Amino acid sequence: MTHTLGRPDFELIAGWVEPGHRVLDLGCGDGTLLKYLIENRGVTGVGVEIDDANILAAIKNGINIIQGNLERGLDEFADQAFDHVVLSRTLQTVRHTEGILREMLRVGREAVVSFPNFAYWKNLRAVLDGRMPVSEDLPYQWYDSPNVRFFTLRDFEDLCEKMGLIIKERHVLDEQGNIVENEVNFLGSLAVYRLTQNR
Amino acid sequence: MPGQSVGVVEIQRAHFNQPLQLRSGGILPAYDLVYETYGTLNAAKSNAILVCHALSGHHHVAGHYADQPDNIGWWDNIIGPGRPLDTDRFFIVGLNNLGGCHGSTGPSSPNPATGKLWGADFPMVAVVDWVHAQARLADLLGIDSWAAVMGGSLGGMQALRWSVTYPERVRNAIVIAAAPKLSAQNIAFNDVARQAILTDPDFHGGNYYEHNTRPVRGLRLARMLGHITYLSDDQMGEKFGRELRNSAFSFGFDVEFEVESYLRYQGDKFAGYFDANTYLLMTKALDYFDPSREDDGNLTATMARSKANFLIASFTTDWRFTPARSKEIVAALLANGRNVSYAEIDLNFGHDSFLMDDAHYHGVVDAYLRNIKL
Repeated sequence: MTHTLGRPDFELIAGWVEPGHRVLDLGCGDGTLLKYLIENRGVTGVGVEIDDANILAAIKNGINIIQGNLERGLDEFADQAFDHVVLSRTLQTVRHTEGILREMLRVGREAVVSFPNFAYWKNLRAVLDGRMPVSEDLPYQWYDSPNVRFFTLRDFEDLCEKMGLIIKERHVLDEQGNIVENEVNFLGSLAVYRLTQNR
Repeated sequence: MPGQSVGVVEIQRAHFNQPLQLRSGGILPAYDLVYETYGTLNAAKSNAILVCHALSGHHHVAGHYADQPDNIGWWDNIIGPGRPLDTDRFFIVGLNNLGGCHGSTGPSSPNPATGKLWGADFPMVAVVDWVHAQARLADLLGIDSWAAVMGGSLGGMQALRWSVTYPERVRNAIVIAAAPKLSAQNIAFNDVARQAILTDPDFHGGNYYEHNTRPVRGLRLARMLGHITYLSDDQMGEKFGRELRNSAFSFGFDVEFEVESYLRYQGDKFAGYFDANTYLLMTKALDYFDPSREDDGNLTATMARSKANFLIASFTTDWRFTPARSKEIVAALLANGRNVSYAEIDLNFGHDSFLMDDAHYHGVVDAYLRNIKL
């Protein structure tokens, strides 16, 4: 597959949105994904970021961006204001895991969540070798990592079940961004879920 | 921020004969507005930015006068070639609002009906009245729609008001350190300030001009109180701490702590040039400001009338109009699907942060304005 913008999860997300959809990107960085979706998929979008440099970069990119802290919820957004709420590679950095997932499906019809799989075989091997894993999808040393939650595909799916969230689609990628079909919890480095809930 | 000042500027004056119906029910039969402009209006007249002033501001926003090189505009640091309000690209307009005391018609101007100064007879003006008057100035200048209307504090409220009163005439609204309406605490501070003026024996019911005096003591107290609300606790702590002018306590009521010295100086300076009636009017305009009142308090319904794109900015240490107040505006805009960006800027200068020259703050305004298509 092609690696749009160097982030294979973006390609999947682009396939799920339709022209005219409203997209909220949480932890949107400089707005690269939103800009791509706006220009190539005809969506309207808003991003949320906490970091000053990203706020400036997103405004330069012409993206609607709201400075805020995901840990404090999404109060400024109304119920069901968006078709898709994206949380790309950020869930593992948020303490209030259940809170943010509930907020995403409060303000959006669907949630798109991607995160690094801590049970990926290379990560397991690193731990067996006595080291915390550092990889394409976990590119930090233990002492400078923004990650505060360490979980696997199975862990996440258990939480979804507990919370009553419906997994509409799941795609698992290896470090090169190739789709993994089998033994996903062992062979997958990054997981992308499309979630919704009964209303 | 790189860039230069606009340099030498000149005051301009416009007279308006068409009566202005005011929100308070009063009518101004005719009035003057003083204003300044920086940069050049393009042929399409599409590059104009209106900068609205706050409580004590005026038309002298940027640059200096040829004969007064030290008289620099109150928001000079953001306006000029290469600055965020880039005069190589934009045509900037600043004016003194109605009720002001810097040249536009106000309580200290002559009332043509009586031949005396207006004083207490000057009608109460509201933010929406200023916006109507500003629209007439735009007409005079040939500006059908502003590329942006912008302001901090009460100035930001005017930008917000523009966006719902003249939605076709504002393409962008930049609302900084503002609120959709005042809180009880905000009104309380304003009322203490007003009481200081109203109870000054030299106030004479607002007609102190006839008595050749001014309620300087009340105005000074009002400003001292207001000034405290413009600064952050941390900033005052860093700037003054508990520093004494002399090393030992004097056990008296003269100036001892540096913060007392600073506030008294600020109060004296302000009371020396500002008009007390104008101060009263400006604080009432703040108190009455609430565009959502037309929609039973539903700000989302109010902002549905806007068509502009918005940049909303607040400051982390601003306890007068906190970030939460700006986020009320953001939420109302988001609920209407408006294009809006919101920056919460970490600056240590409290409410006054909006006047500071900070690289990130000015970078945000600069980036936003550079994306505006003219």
